[in-house]
Amino acid sequence: MPTAPAPAFADAVASDRSLRRFLHGLPGVDTVGLEARAASLGTRSIKTTAKAYAIDLAISMIDLTTLEGADTAGKVRALGAKAVHPDPTDRTTPRTAAVCVYPDMVATAKEAVAGSDVKVASVATAFPAGRAALEVKLGDVREAVAAGADEIDMVIDRGAFLAGHYLKVYEEIVAVKEASGAARLKVIFETGELSTYDNIRRASWLGMMAGADFIKTSTGKVGVNATPANTLLMLEAVRDFRAQTGVQVGVKPAGGIRTTKDAIKFLVLVNETAGSDWLDNHWFRFGASSLLNDLLMQRQKLSTGRYSGPDYVTVD
Amino acid sequence: MSTVERLTVLKTYKLYVGGKFPRSESGRVYEVSDSKGKWLANAPLSSRKDARDAVVAARKAFGGWAGATAYNRGQVLYRVAEMLEGRRDQFVREVADAEGLSKSKAAAVVDAAIDRWVWYAGWTDKIGQVVGGANPVAGPFFNLSTPEPTGVVAVLAPQKSSFLGLVSVIAPVIATGNTAVVIASETSPLPALSLGEVLATSDVPGGVVNVLSGRTAEIAAPLAAHQDVNAIDLTGADADLARDLEIAAADNLKRVRRPQAVDTDWTTDPGTDRLTSFLETKTVWHPTGSLGASGSSY
Amino acid sequence: MTFEYAPAPESRSVVDIAPSYGLFIDGEFAEAADGKVFKTVSPSTEEVLSEIAQAGEADVDRAVKAARKAFEKWSALPGAERAKYLFRIARIIQERSRELAVLETLDNGKPIRETRDADLPLVAAHFFYYAGWADKLGHAGFGPNPAPLGVAGQVIPWNFPLLMLAWKIAPALATGNTVVLKPAETTPLSALFFADICRQAGLPRGVVNILPGYGDAGAALTAHPDVNKVAFTGSTAVGKAIARQVAGTDKKVTLELGGKGANIVFDDAPVDQAVEGIVTGIFFNQGQVCCAGSRLLVQESVADEVLDALKRRLTTLRLGDPLDKNTDIGAINSAEQLARIKALADTGEAEGAERWSAPCELPDSGYWFAPTLFTNVTQAHTIARDEIFGPVLSVLTFRTPEEAVAKANNTQYGLSAGIWTEKGSRILAVANKLRAGVVWANTFNKFDPTSPFGGYKESGHGREGGRHGLEAYLAPSSPEGTR
Repeated sequence: MPTAPAPAFADAVASDRSLRRFLHGLPGVDTVGLEARAASLGTRSIKTTAKAYAIDLAISMIDLTTLEGADTAGKVRALGAKAVHPDPTDRTTPRTAAVCVYPDMVATAKEAVAGSDVKVASVATAFPAGRAALEVKLGDVREAVAAGADEIDMVIDRGAFLAGHYLKVYEEIVAVKEASGAARLKVIFETGELSTYDNIRRASWLGMMAGADFIKTSTGKVGVNATPANTLLMLEAVRDFRAQTGVQVGVKPAGGIRTTKDAIKFLVLVNETAGSDWLDNHWFRFGASSLLNDLLMQRQKLSTGRYSGPDYVTVD
Repeated sequence: MSTVERLTVLKTYKLYVGGKFPRSESGRVYEVSDSKGKWLANAPLSSRKDARDAVVAARKAFGGWAGATAYNRGQVLYRVAEMLEGRRDQFVREVADAEGLSKSKAAAVVDAAIDRWVWYAGWTDKIGQVVGGANPVAGPFFNLSTPEPTGVVAVLAPQKSSFLGLVSVIAPVIATGNTAVVIASETSPLPALSLGEVLATSDVPGGVVNVLSGRTAEIAAPLAAHQDVNAIDLTGADADLARDLEIAAADNLKRVRRPQAVDTDWTTDPGTDRLTSFLETKTVWHPTGSLGASGSSY
Repeated sequence: MTFEYAPAPESRSVVDIAPSYGLFIDGEFAEAADGKVFKTVSPSTEEVLSEIAQAGEADVDRAVKAARKAFEKWSALPGAERAKYLFRIARIIQERSRELAVLETLDNGKPIRETRDADLPLVAAHFFYYAGWADKLGHAGFGPNPAPLGVAGQVIPWNFPLLMLAWKIAPALATGNTVVLKPAETTPLSALFFADICRQAGLPRGVVNILPGYGDAGAALTAHPDVNKVAFTGSTAVGKAIARQVAGTDKKVTLELGGKGANIVFDDAPVDQAVEGIVTGIFFNQGQVCCAGSRLLVQESVADEVLDALKRRLTTLRLGDPLDKNTDIGAINSAEQLARIKALADTGEAEGAERWSAPCELPDSGYWFAPTLFTNVTQAHTIARDEIFGPVLSVLTFRTPEEAVAKANNTQYGLSAGIWTEKGSRILAVANKLRAGVVWANTFNKFDPTSPFGGYKESGHGREGGRHGLEAYLAPSSPEGTR
């Protein structure tokens, strides 16, 4: 479990300046070309057996999420139950990968999924804004880990990133990684706030160099969340990072993926960019909530030949 | 006191190639007479090797001339008009001899030729806006078309209009950044050879215009077949010669400007036709896209 | 477990191909005067699609006469009326675009993804664009009352059959000319379907005549004394023959010929997009594109990185059934073209270049060639100089921008080029020095009806598309003749 930077990057992370040079030395991203590639992969036609495979894979990759001020134990228990048995009428339906909750709900979530292989992920580090002192953020992380979180979804300090204080962002991720212990760390960039694709590529490398187990697009709390283009870009980053270091890092698009059609497009992106090594919920996740029911309805359609309706999937 | 009439100093007419004034490498000359058959001078009788040398000079000059700013080319062309004005009397005499015109008619022709240089001098930095521009493509791209010179142009100057016609075919070719190998009127080459002397003193870089005199068909054949000539203006060719040259020009797909069927009135407004005959349109695309990843439209 | 895409074939039933087709002359389908026919096959299966009347000299003469007769009324129509015919045609093409896309894929062998997403939208857009010009010609910069030339004889290639038809017919009709068009012998069907679209649009008879046939019919058409305008897209060799043939006539000529486009990748390029651009540049339409980026010039300092990324990308290309919506690489258009590609690739190997092909299984029937690249290529290699017109990329390296430009320009062609760099001033400097009619910077193989297209040097004469494309079909404003 690498917690220190790979030796290859020791020079790059020596100072703000060296880190800026490194990150700004990464190849640029042409906006139109990137979006055109993502759109082109979006025209893949996934039918019959391929669709069935993709739907089950997508279900198994979902971090079923509730991140509301109004969350209650009851809500979280219902979410856990749904994660374990997404479709009570069809026991062949795969479980979701995880449930994703706030730190104070981790214990409840653990109970709800007990006995299954469904993981509990917790957002932390003053999610979603990340505007708090480092100690507060680390306390947030420690609370979640102590409560049994298997995975920590942290947010980076976008202010520091945009101000060019890359080393600060880097060191914070390193500290959170350490505080996470055995829990796998997902690093959220809030791509909508980083604004440019060049920034998303730089943030991806920064996160991976600092020890991220996953890089994640967004919190779901801003205007633009996961898109095919920003996810494609992050898939290129993990592909290139593994080619350079041998270390494989996962990717999690989050927010805005609501339909089976969308989810399958993302799986095509994974398949044709990072490759089949990432087609597993250990390496790719969807941060989503309403997506699950659409996948379930499509799954029912494939098995029965009839179109399903919202009354035939559970609402929690 | 007896007076001996002063013997005038005759001019040795030479070619104008690469900014220099060589004789024909063949050592040949031919007699040039006025419209009444009176001997005027011996003119160089250019060979295919002279044509070859002129193409080399024109190619060498092309990069610098095409790459010069349009403003600079305009200044240089205007300078030609200034120099011509100063040698007006000489050209009036040569044109009168060559074309059998009265002095006043020849003067009108020369004035028109000088004015034509001025007209084309003003075009250098305008034609790009008239025939180029942004194209509104249906996508996130900036798309711009710009005219560029074709390259080395072989010009068969008009046989009859030895000066106004000559100027009218050379000026548009070089105004747009091409370089030229010009074959002067076969029977009346002297104004063209004298024009070389003006160009040499007008800031026109050596090789931009090269002037050859001799048998049009003999010089034009190697030029039409030359693989490093990009275009040919057949104005000075008769129909049979024009057809043969056009066939030869097809070997490297030269741009061909055919001769007009009837005699041109060179005094009329020339329009932009001759300017655009030897231009290529280059279209450059570049993505524009949105300012950032969050401003996209998906 | 791998993600296998199940077959996703586009339905063939949207198109109804008749067992035989005639020539389309004077608004009616007719047999060839000598009764000759030829077969058109699907390149992906070698299945015979239809039997087509084969035009000969007598048919050319009849079609030119029909076009001449139609010219008088057509050219006298108010521009606004001509425009409406073209708008109708554009709309019908949009309505029937699925049918035409499937048809084109069947007859040409290119993937349905391309006919559906590139060819057909561009075809309709081209007619829309030139429709709008028909009543605005006096404002186009060719004088207040530019006149049509008369009968246009047009010969088009097989690589974009319907799109090339649109590039030829739309500006010709908008400017008031009438047309005799010969499609390529391997791809006659979409032009014959277009004849039906003309009928649906109510286009007056004789305004458009379609003559399927071989090179002899094309030569008879361009040589016909009553043709005023010759427009040809195809090989440089035929282009030169046409240029000789029309010498000494009054025919105006435009030629869109071959290319050997350089795609230049600098060390500061956006690498992932550059790789996509390289792929689009040479594998779009199986590389059977005159403006293909068939020479990759990559800066030596990033050559390994770019080539690794490119090879990795090429392994994801999906070759196979052109009607499958997930197919990236379709069939080569004909056995003849396949033989030419194979021969040139073999020459590349024989001359010492290193060959690499994407690992993909080729179907048993039909004409196929795996996406291939050659490294260790220099300007002296045949595959760096000759147009292959297939999915074969020649990779060369360079050290400096000057060297890149010198190598890019070191060809008898001058149609297209690509530049990949994040440095804006370098794009402009390099674009300025390239002797090519179309320069794509940080993109490649983009087309638009408003954007002039055409080459320098032996890539041809004239431009198609945009305001520039009108010039080829209008009489010059001055009394002097030019082409």
